[in-house]
Amino acid sequence: MAPRQRGATDPAGERELLSAGDVARTVARMAHQIIEKTALGAPSAPAVVLMGIPSRGAPLARRLAVRIAEFAGVEVPTGTLDVTLYRDDLRRGPTRPLEATKLPEGGVDDKLVILVDDVLFSGRTIRAALDALRDHGRPRAVQLAVLVDRGHRELPIRADYVGKNVPTARTEEVHVLLEEFDQRDGVVLR
Amino acid sequence: MNPLILKGVRPYGEGDPTDVLIRDGVIAAIGSVEAEDAEVVEGNGAVLLPGFVDLHTHLREPGREDTETIATGSAAAALGGYTAVFAMANTNPVADNEVVVQHVARRGREVGLVDVHPVGAVTVGLEGVKLAELGTMARAGVRVFSDDGHCVHDPLIMRRALEYSKALDVVVAQHAEEPRLTVGAQAHEGEQASRLGLQGWPAAAEESIVARDCLLALHAGARLHVCHVSTTGTADVLRWAKARGTDVSAEVTPHHLLLTDERLETYDPVNKVNPPLRTAADVHKLREALAEGVIDCVATDHAPHAVQDKDCEWSAARPGMLGLQTALSIVVETMVRTGLLDWRGVARVMSERPAEIAGLPDQGRPIEVGEPANLTLVDPDATWTVRGAEFASIAVNTPFEGMELPGAVVATLLRGRVTAVGGRIPA
Amino acid sequence: MKHLLSTEGIDPAQATAILDTAASLKQALEGREVRKLPTLRGRTVITMFFENSTRTRVSFEIAGKWMSADVVNVSASGSSVSKGESLRDTALTLAAAGADCVIVRHPASGAAHRLAGWLREAGTSVVNAGDGMHEHPTQALLDAATLRERLGDLRDRRIAIVGDVLHSRVARSNVHLLTALGADVTLVAPPTLLPVGVENWPVTVSHELDAELPSLDAVMLLRVQAERMHGGFFPSAREYSIAYGLSENRLKLLPEHAVVLHPGPMLRGMEIASAVADSPRAAITDQVRNGVHVRMAVLYHLLAHEEETA
Repeated sequence: MAPRQRGATDPAGERELLSAGDVARTVARMAHQIIEKTALGAPSAPAVVLMGIPSRGAPLARRLAVRIAEFAGVEVPTGTLDVTLYRDDLRRGPTRPLEATKLPEGGVDDKLVILVDDVLFSGRTIRAALDALRDHGRPRAVQLAVLVDRGHRELPIRADYVGKNVPTARTEEVHVLLEEFDQRDGVVLR
Repeated sequence: MNPLILKGVRPYGEGDPTDVLIRDGVIAAIGSVEAEDAEVVEGNGAVLLPGFVDLHTHLREPGREDTETIATGSAAAALGGYTAVFAMANTNPVADNEVVVQHVARRGREVGLVDVHPVGAVTVGLEGVKLAELGTMARAGVRVFSDDGHCVHDPLIMRRALEYSKALDVVVAQHAEEPRLTVGAQAHEGEQASRLGLQGWPAAAEESIVARDCLLALHAGARLHVCHVSTTGTADVLRWAKARGTDVSAEVTPHHLLLTDERLETYDPVNKVNPPLRTAADVHKLREALAEGVIDCVATDHAPHAVQDKDCEWSAARPGMLGLQTALSIVVETMVRTGLLDWRGVARVMSERPAEIAGLPDQGRPIEVGEPANLTLVDPDATWTVRGAEFASIAVNTPFEGMELPGAVVATLLRGRVTAVGGRIPA
Repeated sequence: MKHLLSTEGIDPAQATAILDTAASLKQALEGREVRKLPTLRGRTVITMFFENSTRTRVSFEIAGKWMSADVVNVSASGSSVSKGESLRDTALTLAAAGADCVIVRHPASGAAHRLAGWLREAGTSVVNAGDGMHEHPTQALLDAATLRERLGDLRDRRIAIVGDVLHSRVARSNVHLLTALGADVTLVAPPTLLPVGVENWPVTVSHELDAELPSLDAVMLLRVQAERMHGGFFPSAREYSIAYGLSENRLKLLPEHAVVLHPGPMLRGMEIASAVADSPRAAITDQVRNGVHVRMAVLYHLLAHEEETA
């Protein structure tokens, strides 16, 4: 199969925004930004943990941790934070299955917690994540890393690390594909 | 009273439509009849039968006039094609003395839509301990005695009742239910009750009492009537007892001919009845036994109950169902449509045998000139949908709600007087 | 899911989803500072117990509260129920007062089914917390959750239910649920304590506990209620204990991995030897703990989704 041209629309009405290579490069760049912004490894810097929001935020957090270890030689603990039980839109759809919540080694107290998600859209998921996080402890600070920011915020929430800003129409759907779930990496617009 | 002509009717559903002239409460002529100033009921080929006789009706008066009165129950009976009903004794106060039975009979006469025959209690207060004054009540006109709702379970009391009744030319009707086997019973003991967690009412609780009573009756040379037979085993016991010469008769209810314990699925107590709805196999055997004559007749066990006593949890609900206005149609559905009975057979099980069992000289008579005009005219081809709220009864607890049933009563005549016509009580 | 009335006919996928949710909830709450989730904020849950059962009521109450529902407890005594109000009127009153969910324990089999019918228009969910001799679905779910923790997938696992099956709603719910999950269920009891028609249930029936023990993955003991002991269902408590009690010696017949369950309250010495109840093989306190998570999961599946028209 020939590699698809970026921006081309395939017959299924799917437009590729990021290729597999783009995803890898973006994650690497975000890792660098995190190292820089958090002064990772510096003696005075706070301990950083990465909390992925399931489903696709979880592997993204692990990938970031791998890159950070590669670039800075620091092992950043990762965990997952399921926000389903904190959502304010549960009654707008069928029953949502719960995902795993796993706190990083050492917990979140007094840590700089970086929430990791695939797409930032309305901001409601992040609002739920902040509530969930509060029930697990008291971080020193919370930051947000997203692979794609597609706009249309409904809450005053902003990401600290953005892989790619994608202007979209509200009706469009942005899908982050990860090998762990989708057999390939990429970001597509449907 | 003007003469009446039933035009274009088929006695017992046989032959070509003919006309029947009724004068002075008696069948005056059959065939080509003529009478000036006669009222005419158009038969349009309807089936003419002797008026139905119900050996087992609960009219609830005195005591529960919020659910049925002798007036409303009589209307329901007339609309159901009945010309005589036997009002069970479990009223409040209990009909265990001549005062209460005379009251019931008098109210029945005042209403005048159907012959209301009071049933007397076998034992005082239906308690099964001490015989009620059967002789006094018999002299007041009681033909049938029963503790229905309760079993005369003490074998000695039952034996005495059977023996004593011999001198009175009356019959003891037993509600066969061994009480020790039915403590807390809620439903037919079987797979369905087990699954639904309802305490079982075992078939043996009925069969053992029927067997015992048949033996008692045989040895005493007395007559026995068995109320609401509900199991295959009881039919077998009756067949055996009759073959041995026991003077026993038996009734089956319409609901036991049609419904099964499958109905309990919803826990709706409209299906709660005593004896309980049994299995499809029992229903099948009961129909056969009725056709064969092992079970003599159909009796409704018409049991009105207030909404609050039915629209509640299963175990709190009272047992019983309305029956007077659906009985004929259920018999048509289960016995005629299935080919088990012809219209002669319907006349036998709905009118002739119950009249004989109770010893009524003027009911269940042949449709012949000179006979009393207690008659029911039936449209065999009609179908109708059951609506409890439309019944004459005050209560609405019919398990047949919404069912489409075949056969409808066109008119009922009590001694020549129209007591129901076209689904209405004439003004 | 609108109501949880029984486990009979439950879709195995639905049952598994509830059990998975319960496991996730348990894991999510483990070691947390704040054991409270905002999920059911603003929803009102009413427990309505017409039989005393502190353990079940408290379990539901905690479940509701940990999900941030407003939980109101109504007991039969001290309410209008004791003044002769009908179950129907009580239910309609509670629904009108704003209950999103009614959790009912009632001595009449089918009471929860009736309630669900009466509350159809109100849209209130009904959870059966035990109806007469019929069902007790959340008990079966918490039993299954406990067994899954210890044994993993229940497919083809051999599970014996021992004792008064006839009168037991716990047994009925477990038979339906465990068989739906693929387990191989054996009922062990004297013939007087087995329901009529049990031969057509999807289970094996045995009167010999010792013969079953060596091949079991789990044994579930049922309560023997005091009134049964005098009802002539078996000659004496002693004889019952000899034949069906789980003694220390009997425990040795069980495989090493096998789990012992009891829905409680236990009759130590008769149904189960004290040493067995307190042994690591017994999962009795796990059952209680899992009860809260399972009931949270049930509330989640009933209340945290869009309105169904049922």
